[in-house]
Amino acid sequence: MSTAIAPPHDVPAEPRVNYLNASYGIKSWLLTVDHKRIGILYLISITFMFMIGGFAASLMRIHLLEPQGALVQPETYNRLFSIHGIVMVFFFLVPSIPATLGNFLIPIMIGARDVAFPKLNLMSWYIFITGSCFVLYAILSGGVDTGWTFYAPYSSTFAHTSVIAAALGIFIAGFSSILTGLNFVVTIHKMRAPGMTWFRLPLFIWSMYATSIIFILGTPVIAITLFLLGLERILHVGIFDPAIGGDPLLFQHLFWFYSHPAVYIMILPGMGVVSELIAAFSRKRIFGYAFVAFSSMAIAVISFLVWGHHMFVTGQSVYAGLIFSVLSFLVAIPSAVKVFNWTATLYKGSISYQAPMLYALGFIGLFTMGGLTGLFLASLAEDVHLNGTYFIVAHFHYVMVGGAVMAYLGGIHYWWPKITGRMYPDVWARIAATIVFVGFNLTFFPQFVLGYLGMPRRYAVYPAEFQVLNVMSSAGASILAIGYAIPLIYLIWSLKYGPIAGPNPWGAKGLEWTIPSPPPTENFEVMPIVTEEAYNYHE
Amino acid sequence: MAAIAAIPIHPPAASSIAEGVDQLHYFLTAITLFFTVLIFGVIFVLMLKYRRRSEDEVPTETQEHLLLEITWTVIPSLICVVIFVWASSLYVQNARPPAASTEIFVIGKQWMWHIQHPEGPREIDELHVPVGVPIKLTMTSQDVIHDFYIPAFRVKKDVLPGRYSSLWFQATETGTYHLYCAQYCGAQHSMMIGWVYVMTPSDYAAWLSSASDNESMTARGERLFTQLGCSTCHVSDGTGKGPSLAGMYGKDEKLKDGSTRLVDESLIREAIVNPNSVALPNYPPIMPTFKGQVDEEQVMQLIAFVKSLASQERTNGK
Repeated sequence: MSTAIAPPHDVPAEPRVNYLNASYGIKSWLLTVDHKRIGILYLISITFMFMIGGFAASLMRIHLLEPQGALVQPETYNRLFSIHGIVMVFFFLVPSIPATLGNFLIPIMIGARDVAFPKLNLMSWYIFITGSCFVLYAILSGGVDTGWTFYAPYSSTFAHTSVIAAALGIFIAGFSSILTGLNFVVTIHKMRAPGMTWFRLPLFIWSMYATSIIFILGTPVIAITLFLLGLERILHVGIFDPAIGGDPLLFQHLFWFYSHPAVYIMILPGMGVVSELIAAFSRKRIFGYAFVAFSSMAIAVISFLVWGHHMFVTGQSVYAGLIFSVLSFLVAIPSAVKVFNWTATLYKGSISYQAPMLYALGFIGLFTMGGLTGLFLASLAEDVHLNGTYFIVAHFHYVMVGGAVMAYLGGIHYWWPKITGRMYPDVWARIAATIVFVGFNLTFFPQFVLGYLGMPRRYAVYPAEFQVLNVMSSAGASILAIGYAIPLIYLIWSLKYGPIAGPNPWGAKGLEWTIPSPPPTENFEVMPIVTEEAYNYHE
Repeated sequence: MAAIAAIPIHPPAASSIAEGVDQLHYFLTAITLFFTVLIFGVIFVLMLKYRRRSEDEVPTETQEHLLLEITWTVIPSLICVVIFVWASSLYVQNARPPAASTEIFVIGKQWMWHIQHPEGPREIDELHVPVGVPIKLTMTSQDVIHDFYIPAFRVKKDVLPGRYSSLWFQATETGTYHLYCAQYCGAQHSMMIGWVYVMTPSDYAAWLSSASDNESMTARGERLFTQLGCSTCHVSDGTGKGPSLAGMYGKDEKLKDGSTRLVDESLIREAIVNPNSVALPNYPPIMPTFKGQVDEEQVMQLIAFVKSLASQERTNGK
């Protein structure tokens, strides 16, 4: 294995004027319309939210060390898992890659100076922050105990917690998603540099395009759902609660019509990042480029047709169950195609194992397991047993943490030198990636077994026979927490002490590596003209 | 090592469907293992074989390969078809309870399971059933959504307010098994648990007869039917202001709005709490709602009584 990458010696000490030193002061950041600075604003905001969600998770895992509960009252435990879910899903995972790396990279990768609507882009961030404030208020004003799924009529009639503040926060933050999606779609359609045809686009752009479509089409539905929930809770209009004439399954249909596609909002960008990482660190064009690109679009479309697989045990008709089951198997196929193509890309490559590549390979392995365990849950008779148990928890953490968060960290490590102009210590980064991989598996693998044994999720106390597996899971979580803390330290350290990166420390292809690090505010001094396909490593 | 040996990995399998579900589970586990090992193995080999040997290496381009793309699209699709057919046929087979099932009634409420046997005994967070007999649970919730889950039987069904859902099983092993609420329902969700006692039929009969609470649900329903004044209009010979309920259960009935509906538990429940929505033609819409006057348990008793009239001859004159 090669050692830590050494920056070329002939780079100047510090690049001239760039987007970071073009202006100073808090105002220059809060009023910026530069997509790169907005990306950084998001990066800081969602890191903060990740810490809140992670802190809640840590308390949960400590609590579950003992069957009767080691730390808090059940009421508090219910608030912890609700906060963890709401914050991690809506305020970390959904915006994670699109709002940070997507904002930073989309214009650069397609050869543009900014997104199509820079002011709208800044407004998206303010909307996101407003939504976050409502959720933080909900937490501080006593918390919310409905779970991130807000199932009615518990949430609309029975819960005595800050349901409205939390729902309003998600409602508001949703508009940030819609505007970001709109901005990206228009940018990708209209702002590509001369010669940057659709099939020369990096696969990251294809995945962001697919994600943006879901943002635009799916997010309004969650907004409507939460609005109706608010109507019922505040004005007692009978929509979901049968006691006043509503239908509780209507809530679930509406909720999952958004929230299943939202799963792909979280994983599609990760797939895009991984395509970039695999190409760069094996110096290969992604095998089956067109198949990988179109599989993203296929996932985006089919993801809207599978929501009923969350409702196999609600009493939904057998025929509806059959249709949703077959469609759920169908959505698995494009994901499998991607995994095979990434693996095939390594064939006859020139593979190096710097930290971003370790995250990418970790992603493929964990996402494969997350995807395959999804087959259990698409299988009707099997889902009857596993639905609502820890098997579900393990499955979606393999996809969203083993998949999406691994890809996010891989992407942050890969583009960090471009974003900041500095290198981080690669040895530490590799150690952290390994710790994350080990800690993750120790945390979540036992949960598959717990689920098969029948332990329901969202249990503050549990039968004693489940203790050993829960202790293993908690031990894994503490390792995982260390794995997440280390990058935070060395990445901040690198801002001041990291070696200067130079424009292209990885020897990677792509327009972003042709400009200085950090890039100038206008990205390109001269408009680039694209004459070659993406990932042209083979000349 | 002792601790590792003590880790349970398999839940008890104690119902007629458990074995079938487990076989599917093992097949899915084998598929998962196969592909995980395949992907990890191939990646590992390629990682070693094609590791970067010098910084200025330029790998040759690999040609696109349509046949390969088709192969790895079609093979997973075929595997999915097999799983789908297998899992769905199990599900469809298990969806409908056998006709000869013994019916037991379940009411979920924050945070307890309230169970009533037709013979009269009522229990809380405990369910006594005989082994080898198909049992059908008719369930509803008094407040939020709950979920009735017996892992050892591999059965689970949401228990919703305002409607009946049902679940059936046939226990194959005597013993004591966990009963859980598997749908988050508020503060003490994780305490909404209990035990299922599977007994030999003779033990079960002894248990039933030893219960102090042995007025049958039908008898309680009949008493309510009189107390609430139902019997003034629903006269059994069809001469009252309302239709006779004799022989009605289990038959299709043409409603005033023109639709035809099966008279089942849900329809009878609706007729009690929201009578006009299921009004019959030829009868004036004069029945008041009994919503708020009867609780879910009493509704179930009334239903048990109406069902007991099913074998009587149909006497509606109009």
